[in-house]
Amino acid sequence: MTSASASPTAPPAGSSPAPAPIVTVSGLRKSFGEREVLRGIDLEVRAGEVVCIVGPSGSGKSTLLRCVNLLEQPTDGRIEVLGAEVTDPDVDLDLVRTHVGMVFQQFNLFTHRTVLDNCTIAQRGVLKRSRAEAERIALANLERVGLADRAHALPAQLSGGQQQRVAIARALSMDPQLMLFDEPTSALDPELVGDVLGVMRDLAEAGMTMLVVTHEMAFAREVGDRVVFMDDGVIVESGPADQVISAPREERTRAFLQRVLDPTHQRTASGAN
Amino acid sequence: MTTTQQLARPGSRQRTMSPRRRARLSRAIQYAVLLVVLGAVVVAADWDRVGETMFNPTVAREMLPSLGQAMGNTIVYTIAAFAVGLSLGTVLALMRLSSVRVYRWIATLYIEFFRGIPALLVVLTVGFAVPIAFDVRISSLTAKVAIGLGMVSAAYIAETLRAGIQAVPKGQIEAARSLGMSQARTMAVVVIPQAFRIVLPPMTNEVILLTKDTSLVFLLGMTAAQYDLTKIGREALTSATGGLTGLFVVGACYLCLTIPLGLLARWLENRSGKGRRA
Repeated sequence: MTSASASPTAPPAGSSPAPAPIVTVSGLRKSFGEREVLRGIDLEVRAGEVVCIVGPSGSGKSTLLRCVNLLEQPTDGRIEVLGAEVTDPDVDLDLVRTHVGMVFQQFNLFTHRTVLDNCTIAQRGVLKRSRAEAERIALANLERVGLADRAHALPAQLSGGQQQRVAIARALSMDPQLMLFDEPTSALDPELVGDVLGVMRDLAEAGMTMLVVTHEMAFAREVGDRVVFMDDGVIVESGPADQVISAPREERTRAFLQRVLDPTHQRTASGAN
Repeated sequence: MTTTQQLARPGSRQRTMSPRRRARLSRAIQYAVLLVVLGAVVVAADWDRVGETMFNPTVAREMLPSLGQAMGNTIVYTIAAFAVGLSLGTVLALMRLSSVRVYRWIATLYIEFFRGIPALLVVLTVGFAVPIAFDVRISSLTAKVAIGLGMVSAAYIAETLRAGIQAVPKGQIEAARSLGMSQARTMAVVVIPQAFRIVLPPMTNEVILLTKDTSLVFLLGMTAAQYDLTKIGREALTSATGGLTGLFVVGACYLCLTIPLGLLARWLENRSGKGRRA
């Protein structure tokens, strides 16, 4: 797979010997009306890195992810993606997004199109690939997520786990240099989570740069290079995945992990409060 | 029985009939009422007179030659009016969704106005007031009907389309934009096809309403070759022998147009609805 290597149309991405930063977020703030959900975020993701963002719901982690490809317009701050400053109104956002894959919690497959169409529609319309080439690439990516045999099914005929794997194949078909995952397994039945995480692990091992918002701590520890813990619109703690999850430095991180990793204990504890 | 004793309702004396038995009795009574009403109608009606004045085969046969042309005219008026309504309605729907506030105001004003006044007034205005005011002569009757009725139905169609476009889940748009598609491409490839599926049933309604509204064409005055179905029926009504038969024949013709339309819409809906989530 060449998908992780530079694409000729990509904006130039720095030339330092250390892995180039793919995403640089600095001083990011975002308000919805009166409520400030991001209160000054600084984050860097380097090429080939897998960064997992964890934290309680409402902490702003999904908003942060959605700001990276500007599905949310930041209130303040800078975001550079693949060397392009996406917050600059002069930047061709569509071009940047072409190189950034996004996977949503609710899959968001195009329900009126087949699995194969879902994976070729943007290749043909945006990258101007021929039908034959687009289908070849789509089928290769469907093969990669184990669903080549369902190419002609409609999304509604697939399970949630299968739909999410199609969504990953659809994103990969654009040869992205960065993949964003917004709680990709949160809407799935428990027994279907494993397949999706398996695909994501393979992707990480193939060298894809990934920014993942997740509640799956085992995945974050095993696959993530770095874990970022967010709470109340700020990054509380960030470091090597194993260290943040096994030996968090901050009290808030510790409390959150305890709640997530041992929910029964939490319930009795809060009941006693 | 021990079970009934165990399940006895507290506070109520034992019923003689179980709920299911009572439901069956209730259904039987409903059927009986229906039969009695039907029977009363059949007995009370004077069938000889009904046959003579409303279902007179000789009158129906006399109408036959002009019927084909009238039906054709009705179809032409409907299609022309729908074409105007759909084009204007699409523009209005996009205006209502526009980020330019003034466009939204204009569209809202238009919709509220034309939804609120009778189609009859609009047809008369287009037919007589506009030519006087602007010194333009719309020579074709079809054009006059199409503009008059189209302007009214555009208001309804615009609201239907807007609702359809807004009913497409936001996630679909986000997914398309995340793949690098432009706003226009997202609209064309993702939003409109899905909105079409959503608006199909109300749009069918609109066409059926238009089919019937074309009867207003008589307001504009027309030659025999331009007669629509309703006009033919009224002609038969006023002729010496006609009686009400003409209206019944014409009514049947309208049904011949509208019922297949409904079936077509249902078929299209089923066909495109396969992929829809339950």
